[in-house]
Amino acid sequence: MQLARVIGDIVASHKDENLSSLKLLVLQPLAADGSDTGRTLVAVDAIGAGVGETVFFVRGKEASFPFFPTEVPTDAGVVGIVDHWDLG
Amino acid sequence: MILARIVGTVVATRKDPKLVSTKLLVARPMDPHGKPEGTYLVAVDTVHAGVGETVLIVSGSSARMAAGMKDCPVDAAIVGIVDAVDVVAG
Repeated sequence: MQLARVIGDIVASHKDENLSSLKLLVLQPLAADGSDTGRTLVAVDAIGAGVGETVFFVRGKEASFPFFPTEVPTDAGVVGIVDHWDLG
Repeated sequence: MILARIVGTVVATRKDPKLVSTKLLVARPMDPHGKPEGTYLVAVDTVHAGVGETVLIVSGSSARMAAGMKDCPVDAAIVGIVDAVDVVAG
């Protein structure tokens, strides 16, 4: 899983039926120091996150597991909202 | 998933039998502001997208979970046509 900041959302009225009524968020992955790293991506929201929040997300087929047994066609999903993190 | 703009179509007479009657499109990934990034890719269309549209593409094994793609040899599927992208920062 990776840390990311939610920087936006997507409106798509015509989409796969298993994506309907799910929120699509634009994520900017974060490095451990909180700086932006890597390309932005679009993820399905499984937790109720919103723009401006720091979250962690899962990549790959596992991103659809929160919606089991529905087979949601996604390769990225927000699975947690980060309150804070420490580097020890 | 990534955002991409459809820039072309692919015609392939000889292909895996599971891909017969699928629509293949050429897509250019882009950032949320519309700036192209990365390399072109070929994706299977499951939502009747067309050239010039902004779409959502799901990659990897998840592409097989798109409608009608069960057990198909695909690693990129178009699963949504984007109406709007709202970005507050970044």
